[in-house]
Amino acid sequence: MKAVEVRELVKDYGNLRAINGISFEVNEGEIFGLIGPNGAGKTTALRVIATLLQITSGSVTVFGYEIPKEAGEVRKIISYLPEEAGAYKNLTGKEYLNFIAKFFGEGEKFQNIVQRGLEIGNLGERINDKVDTYSKGMTRRLLVGRALMVNPRLAILDEPTSGLDVVNAQEVRRIINSSVEAGVAVLLSSHNMLEVELLCHRIALINDGRIVASGTATELKKGYDAGNIEEVFVKAIK
Amino acid sequence: MIGNIIKKEFKELFTLSTLIPIVVIAIVFGFVGQTIGNIGERMEEKPVIGIVDMDDGAFSDIAMAVLIEKAEVIYNGNDAEEGLEEVREENGVALMVIPENFSQNIYANYPGEIEIYWIMKGAGMMDSISSGVVEGLIQAVNQGISSELIQQDSSFDPALVLAPTQRVETTFFKGKEIEGLSSSQLGNILSSQSIVIPVVVMMLIIMAGASVISSMGLEKENKTLETLLTLPVRRSHIVIGKIVGSALVGMIMAAIYMIGFSRYMSSFQISDINLADFGLALGMQDYLLIGISLFTALLAGLSLCIVLGTFAKNYRSAQTLVFPITALAMISMFITMFKDFDTIPAVLRILVFAIPFSHPMMAMRALMLDNYPLVIGGIAYTAVFTVIMIVVAVRIFNSDRLLTGSVQKRAVWGKLGWGLRR
Repeated sequence: MKAVEVRELVKDYGNLRAINGISFEVNEGEIFGLIGPNGAGKTTALRVIATLLQITSGSVTVFGYEIPKEAGEVRKIISYLPEEAGAYKNLTGKEYLNFIAKFFGEGEKFQNIVQRGLEIGNLGERINDKVDTYSKGMTRRLLVGRALMVNPRLAILDEPTSGLDVVNAQEVRRIINSSVEAGVAVLLSSHNMLEVELLCHRIALINDGRIVASGTATELKKGYDAGNIEEVFVKAIK
Repeated sequence: MIGNIIKKEFKELFTLSTLIPIVVIAIVFGFVGQTIGNIGERMEEKPVIGIVDMDDGAFSDIAMAVLIEKAEVIYNGNDAEEGLEEVREENGVALMVIPENFSQNIYANYPGEIEIYWIMKGAGMMDSISSGVVEGLIQAVNQGISSELIQQDSSFDPALVLAPTQRVETTFFKGKEIEGLSSSQLGNILSSQSIVIPVVVMMLIIMAGASVISSMGLEKENKTLETLLTLPVRRSHIVIGKIVGSALVGMIMAAIYMIGFSRYMSSFQISDINLADFGLALGMQDYLLIGISLFTALLAGLSLCIVLGTFAKNYRSAQTLVFPITALAMISMFITMFKDFDTIPAVLRILVFAIPFSHPMMAMRALMLDNYPLVIGGIAYTAVFTVIMIVVAVRIFNSDRLLTGSVQKRAVWGKLGWGLRR
């Protein structure tokens, strides 16, 4: 079964067409990257799949569940990490993980989810401090922990390493890779082409609401006779 | 340089969204003031009264002369029943009956008795203006008689000269006949009883409302809303959770406020009248109805706030959105304090009824006078209002508005029932 199937998806904001008929699939156990410049439609596509935005036309299914008809079922199996997401500032990191975990399980299951969140976030004693006191990197690690601790079947990660320093970014990438090894499908967006090339099994290049090219990094580089994905992108949008 | 900063600040603060609420409130207050009327003008108006003189003596003649000069007398006869009916029909304030032996008693050094039958229309502060003017008339009658006593003979008891009459009063109010109380006294009792509840309700609504609107603003500012909306929880549960959470915060804050306020109010408590003696005491079921009325009004207010909160872009804009709620609560508070629901013009009556916060403000006074239909009708209306607001809020939560600020009509008003299920 496909983790995600997007068919001819169109999304309008009033008169503005943000996504113009894109189609792609994400397989189980793979990391699929949507890459493109700011305003290309990456975040809109992820928000639609995360059940946050309405579909203008086309169809989206997640593990066979249709959006928006079965949005409630989709929310049980996905985890969404928005770009520049925050956590509740008056809660401690631990309290925040507890709050989220309660939506996914009780008793031992709840404890296991929180424990996994603590391990992924890896904030040590600072997990008991208020989120308000965290640096951007610490908050992001907490949020990555929050997103992956619930063992989602599909993790939707919007610019997962956005604003992080090299060390923190590398750590987040390591966490994503280990989650995939555990069977999670990952759909991520980034405008960091290098990161996507390193992380993703397959890539779709998106520009002006359309997918201009897709495939593995190797296939794309070969197809466009390019040394890296950045070059592929530039050639693809010409 | 400083001019540049002032210009920037002005442009940032003086926006359409900050201006519209102020303009709307100014218009509403102006409209309310104009509709209720001018206190000064009403003080100068001659009160409409009826007079029954069964004495026909020297002092009753003085009293009659004063009353005829200073009041608009619509009945001047000898039948108290007929006079009372006439005063009622003509929307008068009181029937004053001067019984037989009035003058004779005064000559015998006893105060002359005047029977006053008050027709009370409302228990608001503004409703007691006419009766206040009649109180002034009685003072004028006393002065006239005192002056005559001084001129006639110096052997009268000085206490009698200072107070030559005494009153026996009965007040008719909304089907109740209350003996021993003037309409002013009754109005004061009802006002003091019903002043605390409007203030409590207003504070409760404002504080809980500010909590829920700010919560929406903070969710957007802290970028936590998107995560919340992708969790496996129904939108209706998110909306209800926010409402109940804010209600608890609001109740705690209002309780703290009220501890201070009740101490402040108790310093003005001068009446030691037992309401039970006059059939005005409230029973357990009345207090239960007041509680239900307060609870439903709070839920209605918060459900309205959560709809407003969806317009908040951040914490700062959320603060601006509290203003309409504050204004509605204050309009309800002032109107119910100053006027009785039954004595305000029809347009204002509709406005007051339509604002859910008005109902607990009016409930205590209404229940004292056994006006159950108003209280129960208010609860029913407020409950329906709450359900409608929650449905609207859930539909907005299911739409793009929360994240994009715009709404796809199909999404908000699409298939019935789909929204609440999610």
